[in-house]
Amino acid sequence: MSVTEINPGTVIEELAERKPLSERIGSLIRKQPLGLAGLLVVSIMVVCAIFAEYISPYDPELASFEHMLIPPNGDFLLGTDQFGRDMLTRLIFGAQTALFIGFTCAFVGSFAGLVLGVGSAYFGGKVDLIFQRVMDVFMAFPLIILALAIVSIFGTSMSSVITAITIPFIPRCARVVRSSALAIREIPYVDAARACGFSHIRIILRHMAPNVMAPFLIILTAAVGQAILTEASLSYLGMGVQEPTPAWGLMLQGGAEEYAESAPWVAIWPGVAISLAVFGFNLFGDALRDVLDPRLRTR
Amino acid sequence: MGRKESMYKYIVKRVLLMLPTLLGAACLIFFLLRMIPGDVCELRLAGDGQYVDPDALAACYTNLGLDKPVYQQFLGFIGGFFTFDLGESMWTGQPIEREIGLRFQLSLQVAIMATLVSILIALPLGTISAIKQDTWIDYVVRTFSIAGIAIPSFWLGIMIILGLLISTQAWFGTPWMPPIEYTSPFVDLEANMVQLIWPALATGYRYAAVATRMTRSSLLEVLREDYVRTARAKGLLEKIIINRHALKNAMLPVVTIIAIEFAFLMGGMVVTEQVFNLNGLGKLFVESVQNHDFAMTQALVMLVAFIFVMINLLVDIFYAWLDPRIRYS
Repeated sequence: MSVTEINPGTVIEELAERKPLSERIGSLIRKQPLGLAGLLVVSIMVVCAIFAEYISPYDPELASFEHMLIPPNGDFLLGTDQFGRDMLTRLIFGAQTALFIGFTCAFVGSFAGLVLGVGSAYFGGKVDLIFQRVMDVFMAFPLIILALAIVSIFGTSMSSVITAITIPFIPRCARVVRSSALAIREIPYVDAARACGFSHIRIILRHMAPNVMAPFLIILTAAVGQAILTEASLSYLGMGVQEPTPAWGLMLQGGAEEYAESAPWVAIWPGVAISLAVFGFNLFGDALRDVLDPRLRTR
Repeated sequence: MGRKESMYKYIVKRVLLMLPTLLGAACLIFFLLRMIPGDVCELRLAGDGQYVDPDALAACYTNLGLDKPVYQQFLGFIGGFFTFDLGESMWTGQPIEREIGLRFQLSLQVAIMATLVSILIALPLGTISAIKQDTWIDYVVRTFSIAGIAIPSFWLGIMIILGLLISTQAWFGTPWMPPIEYTSPFVDLEANMVQLIWPALATGYRYAAVATRMTRSSLLEVLREDYVRTARAKGLLEKIIINRHALKNAMLPVVTIIAIEFAFLMGGMVVTEQVFNLNGLGKLFVESVQNHDFAMTQALVMLVAFIFVMINLLVDIFYAWLDPRIRYS
């Protein structure tokens, strides 16, 4: 276990004092009530998304001119929008869109960032320097600006929205992962692996990447929330998911401001849904960081 | 080598490193824009798909210089920065400096106001949350700050407008909304504030949340240092330990995050400006992308990238100057 002493990273230190699972879950509940609350919110969202067809009262795309902008009542628990569609149904189906985009973007972006970040640290030297400059270029743009440019090029299909949100994540994840991987690069086992004649890809993926899992997981959870927020912003601008797909940002675009006074429920609920979702992922991510990163552990 | 000398070397090196970043950003946006289907001339002449006279189209291309080979266009674009000549907007034909000028003032003012809001909220809240770690105060502050990151600022903006409409309706009988027309603060400060305080609050909350979290975690880390323990052992008052010893050292990452968020605000208020109907840089950006106004979009992106890179540089220099432990390598 010579790795333990040298590695300034954190996972292994955690391993050294590993306790039985039940005990760890118990202490998690006591130490991380906020994190558990986050997990709960996320779970509710996942259940909504999976069983949307069974739990939602109406068809999300069924427009009805007889039922336009009806205030919340017994039939329509959260009211209807300007096309007469049930708000609650669209919110439940909106969870599908949000989670699909959130998870896809976060996973693809973070994984690409992981490989690039570890690779950059592993090869070092010129490769690292050039890679760093390229990352600088991407980081110099605010996320939303890069996303807008990409959407204008590829159109507003689902896949281009996902591309637009994913690409800005890559450098952000790569940078964090790289700084952890730099320390791991110095540990003799990497040289040992090279002496064994393993390929670069194998060393990067099998030997180095597992040791930067702590920062990676933290980035990953934060990225899901960030992706949901960016998707909502893009859809609100009319440059994201398109009608009639139920998406929270889109529901706000459809006329939240025009009807703000006469039908405030149209403006309120989608925003609450976005906030709750991102809130859940962030709480969970925070708890994860506290658990995985002992430097921030409570006194 | 003297400290001063090495600091100069460090600054020069950092400034030189800025150039490839900016050049890369210029390349990226230049070629991204030219990948967008359609162009400004078709849009200007054809509108909604009417017949276009090919001669008029060709004249438009020549006029805007879009008929030149791509490499010449690129060199012209880069050359413009060195001669401080950004050219004209391809959509309105107005000089870009003028188009950007007023909007820059607006965006800058909102960004500064949002920064003030965030500092006023973040420092006290972050500090008290760290000192009272794991008490109910800490939980309330943490929930408040995580909520700030979760709530989309454009939705918060909609809620603020909604709240204003409803409350003015209830109190004065007539609904009131912030004015849409921008007034310079040097002309009429009150009219200016009445318009811009709301977007500043909406974006400031998110910004404050980020800074609060940073203040808390940074202070917590410092409070675990040996010199704080020494100060406690000496029997110093907790207040003095926090104010004189801990906060000073905890401020570095907080300053960084505030500066970087500020840079992002300058270019990233796209959606909030849409909600409040503000004619700022973000709205100009969305419009010029939609109009295929290459010259304007490029100038805007380079402006935002430049601000961002500059602020990063200043933060690093400030860091190095403030903290002698950092070596300039």
